[in-house]
Amino acid sequence: MSVPALIVKRRIKGFILSVVGLATAVIFLFPYITMLSTALKPKSDITDIPPTYLPKEYIWSNFIKVFSEIAFGTYMKNTIFIALATMIIGLIASIPAGYYVARHHFRGRTFFLLVVLITQMFSPTTLLIGIFREMSVLDLINTYTGLILVNAAFNLAFAVWILSSFFRSIPKEIEEAAQIDGCTKFQAFRIVALPLALPGIVTTAIFIFIAAWNEFVVAYTLASQPAKQPFSVGLSLLTGYYEVKWNYLFAGSLIAIIPVVLLFIFIEKYLVSGLTAGSVK
Amino acid sequence: MVAAPVKKEPFYKALPWLSGTLILIIGFVLWPTLELFLMSFRAVDISGLIEGWAGLENYRALIANIDLPPVLRRTVIWLVVVVGMTLALSLPLAQLMNAKFKGQKVLRYSIIIPWAASLVITATSFKWILDPYYGMMNLILKDLGIINEDVDLLGNPSTSFIVLLVVAIFVSLPFTSYVLLAGLQSIPGEVLEAAKVDGAGAWKGYWTIIFPLLRPAFLVAAVINAVYVFNSFPVIWVMTKGGPGYETDTSTTFAYKVAFGDQDIGQSASLAVGNFLVIFIFIMFFLKLSKWRESDQT
Repeated sequence: MSVPALIVKRRIKGFILSVVGLATAVIFLFPYITMLSTALKPKSDITDIPPTYLPKEYIWSNFIKVFSEIAFGTYMKNTIFIALATMIIGLIASIPAGYYVARHHFRGRTFFLLVVLITQMFSPTTLLIGIFREMSVLDLINTYTGLILVNAAFNLAFAVWILSSFFRSIPKEIEEAAQIDGCTKFQAFRIVALPLALPGIVTTAIFIFIAAWNEFVVAYTLASQPAKQPFSVGLSLLTGYYEVKWNYLFAGSLIAIIPVVLLFIFIEKYLVSGLTAGSVK
Repeated sequence: MVAAPVKKEPFYKALPWLSGTLILIIGFVLWPTLELFLMSFRAVDISGLIEGWAGLENYRALIANIDLPPVLRRTVIWLVVVVGMTLALSLPLAQLMNAKFKGQKVLRYSIIIPWAASLVITATSFKWILDPYYGMMNLILKDLGIINEDVDLLGNPSTSFIVLLVVAIFVSLPFTSYVLLAGLQSIPGEVLEAAKVDGAGAWKGYWTIIFPLLRPAFLVAAVINAVYVFNSFPVIWVMTKGGPGYETDTSTTFAYKVAFGDQDIGQSASLAVGNFLVIFIFIMFFLKLSKWRESDQT
């Protein structure tokens, strides 16, 4: 084949790939585009038969009114509080463990890692009755504390795994040098290793935050009082009413989705390795 | 790597560093697991009060439950179809995500959304799209000339489970595709080039050179996906609540209904123990596949 023919062939191939790629993207965006279109519709458009693809009138104020028309403010306040607290507790528990596992050989290390790895695959959904029973015994039904502790515990495995791989990637020699300069073991960890592992800590923090943000089944079971419900529970219950305020429901949904999607894109690089315990990359 | 024998520290030295993780895992993962097992052997009354031990009575009641066999059959279909279709579709999807073209970033970011977004919300959106009166699906199908009359895909028992399967595949695709993409990216460029012989050879090259290299990623994705899919609760719960009746229940949603709908905690616990054991088998596969022991050496 001549050189110009090859160039033409490559361009056609690129064009076809772009068309297929963008068509695929639209399929994945479809539910969220529909959501946006519905969120912008006035109440009267929602019950049009047949429906319309786009709003006849774009009501951007739906994104403000969602806070007064449904209890979205309460749901968001609960979600933010639960997700932040879960993140902090998760980090406090996982950073020292991730560091120690990366740096030290101790008796029981293999067993510890095995337990961490196995519990990564445990799901609160299967254990719901056990969780409910434990929370009744501890009197933590309908409390933030209960949700926070369960969320933190079920996301620890990922956290320890990701953090230890980050700590391992920091050369040991830097900390050893600090110890020669008079740092204690703990100071070497705090002053040297911790700042260097910051990208790993941020990744872990975001992961725990998102997992707690989106958590549904435990909150659905434990938080029966609307005042304690995160958005996942609150919004899911809205569809149970006779008249569903779809436009507000989806305006709220989009507010709840957008921040975590942006954060997710930010940590995407590390997700696969964390979720497969390093077995893929 | 053969390292010089390292002197191992005693466990108590590590304990302060591990304590936070151990407290949370023992306290809020292993304790509920134990509670679940105990509950399956207990007699619990309808208000949730424990009346004593029941031996195997809950298990007997579960086996005698006439609603169980169809639910179990459906659970197998659910698992096989969702995991199978997800894997089959993820491979071309990962290839597409790995190809160089204008808009590749748009594709990658779009595929991330169903992964990052709350499953409850994605499922709610599909429920709305499929609404027989106001939903977008009928509008699209009519505009494409596929149907003439409005259909109620979610309300009709013969199609509702198929709809759930499709949505479950939709939300499983991102994770699996990204795992396979990671696998593809770990294959050296020269190997990819070598496999790219023009014509009929390219296809053969793909299956004989590229696919075997992807196999570890493929297996890991399959096992992890199986656990996710087996546990998948929000999709079914939001869209059909497992209904009408138990028509679209899997053993996960069925266990929830028996516990919190029928208030039969004991029987539900015995089913949940069964669910847990199924997941445990997957975990064993995962441990076999994953390279956690290797990382232990470094």
